[in-house]
Amino acid sequence: MELRTMTFLVVGFTFALYIIIAIRSRVATTGEFYVAGKGVHPVLNGMATGADWMSAASFISMAGLIAFKGYDASVFLMGWTGGYVLLAMLLAPYLRKYGKYTVPSFIGDRFYSRTARVTAVLCLIIASLTYVIGQMKGIGVAFSRFLEVSFEVGLFAGMGIVFIYAVLGGMKGVTNTQIAQYCVLIFAYTVPAVFISLQLTGNPVPQLGLGSAMVDGSGYMLDKLDLVLTDLGFKEYTIQKGSTLNIMLYTLSLMIGTAGLPHVIIRFFTVPRVRDARSSVGWALVFIAILYTTAPAVGAMARLNLMNTIQIGEIGSPTGNLEYDKRPSWFKNWEKTGLLKFEDKNGDGRIQYYGPGLKDKEDEFGWKGNEMVKVDRDIMVLANPEIANLPNWVIALVAAGGIAAALSTAAGLLLAISSSISHDLFKGMMMPDMSDKTELMTGRIAMAGAICVAGYFGLHPPGFAAQVVALAFGLAASSIFPALMMGIFSKKVNRTGATSGMLCGIGATLVYIFWFKGWFFVPGTNMLPNTPDNWFLGISPEAFGSVGAAINFAVAFTVSSFTPAPPEHIQHLVEDIRIPAGSGAAQDH
Amino acid sequence: MSDVAAYWRENIRLVIGCIIVWFIVSYGFGILLVKPLNTIQIGGYKLGFWFAQQGSLYIFVALIFFYAARMNVLDRKYNVQED
Repeated sequence: MELRTMTFLVVGFTFALYIIIAIRSRVATTGEFYVAGKGVHPVLNGMATGADWMSAASFISMAGLIAFKGYDASVFLMGWTGGYVLLAMLLAPYLRKYGKYTVPSFIGDRFYSRTARVTAVLCLIIASLTYVIGQMKGIGVAFSRFLEVSFEVGLFAGMGIVFIYAVLGGMKGVTNTQIAQYCVLIFAYTVPAVFISLQLTGNPVPQLGLGSAMVDGSGYMLDKLDLVLTDLGFKEYTIQKGSTLNIMLYTLSLMIGTAGLPHVIIRFFTVPRVRDARSSVGWALVFIAILYTTAPAVGAMARLNLMNTIQIGEIGSPTGNLEYDKRPSWFKNWEKTGLLKFEDKNGDGRIQYYGPGLKDKEDEFGWKGNEMVKVDRDIMVLANPEIANLPNWVIALVAAGGIAAALSTAAGLLLAISSSISHDLFKGMMMPDMSDKTELMTGRIAMAGAICVAGYFGLHPPGFAAQVVALAFGLAASSIFPALMMGIFSKKVNRTGATSGMLCGIGATLVYIFWFKGWFFVPGTNMLPNTPDNWFLGISPEAFGSVGAAINFAVAFTVSSFTPAPPEHIQHLVEDIRIPAGSGAAQDH
Repeated sequence: MSDVAAYWRENIRLVIGCIIVWFIVSYGFGILLVKPLNTIQIGGYKLGFWFAQQGSLYIFVALIFFYAARMNVLDRKYNVQED
């Protein structure tokens, strides 16, 4: 069957599945809309969290990042998983015990302060909205590449699907579709990886294949990759290239940012008991780790395949490189998208792809510079099945998986945004005596509004779309995570301390990011060029969230020690959330 | 009341223990000690590289389940469990 028809069938089938689930998960109360009636099984919630967390970036971009950065990309592997350890031990069980619907409502109650609550709502909306723009873009790209429909049509189709299940079913609809989406995305990710691992190493488990010997007898796969790369003048794959301090702080920022992202935290409000919240985080990480431990294998193997496709013979010999006219069809397909670009600099009709290490051999070989002028890292996962000559249904599956990853994350983020608008801003501040029914309607309207705003930004992406991930993690790491942790683990931190800590943490992080990336990301307004020599102690803007968090903690404790302790009832509240007994009973799901 | 305080102290001790392991496998083995560990080869993996891209993730998962199991025991010991 033709690839395009096949892709339409597979993607259409998954969409039909999501709609059926949506119709079966309509809700009637705010408890169901916000937290799925607190009746989600911890293992299923783990699965939903996996889909909620793993975005278009995890599915499409991460393996590509690993392929081109090698060891240094470990920052993302450890950073985006290690946060779950913190979540399980420091936040999730206590926030579940507290039993409210949103993250800002805990911050507002614990610090008995509207300012703290509004600050938390603002951080939540900025972090989640910037994040959702990337998902919308991912949906559009997947559609336009694989279904050859326009970007807009793809985006509207995605928005329509999310609209149906998120507006009708709230958290319940989102949870049930996320479970289905997890199955689609993990299947789509692992199937090509298994095939490629088998082809290269004979081992069907990619995690083991990465550490195995090549079937062609050329030694261990990673040693081979190191050798191929260094021979072609690139840096060795398995060694560290960046500065140690920056790698540590970057990892830490991603970890505490992950633990502080509201759309992840609220997933653990949906399980019946405190003990379920603890184990559910473990299950979430199991489901996430299946993809995250496969990604390094996908990255390394895709890189090796790419190098071997182009460098077919001895380096420097006249026939050692692939002729441009003989390039494979996937090469042509991706050239059309502009994500892959070749330029015949020395006019020999062959492709030379090499790194700066071969500069001094150029004259000897008759080369005039690296001719692969653009190899976008995002194509590594998407083109992987084609590079490995896998059947069409595998390629169609990858398209459906990418769309599932983007949709599930978008829905989770939109839910976090709409629940904090309807519950914290409307119910909490403007109309405290709103009825349950009105609040549910407000939640639905907020959800519809958030989808439209996200869609607008997906169609008209602000120039800074690529930069904002640093912003989302920086905000979550420097404001929400420390505030929640201090709220649970300290009885002394008071209203003034927490609010000033949050503001200083965010302030420092924002200024540092804007300093190197331009004020509000307007190009040309940065104060210093964004290069390692200019960074404070070599800390990149993406890694600064952990410094912001440290500032938050320091300011909050210092200010709290000079100002009156929190009132009696707040201290009781803290004591109460520390023990599981007495958490709200589960409702019917 | 003192029972609850003792429960909390034991919880904190457990958390600190787990966080130390969490730190050692990721920041320790995966980043700070990556060069010396890379001289050890297990199959086709350099050990430091393995910790950074595989091992630390497996240990994270194990840590959470270990913590959850120990907390269930602790909840019952101090009679603060939910049911």
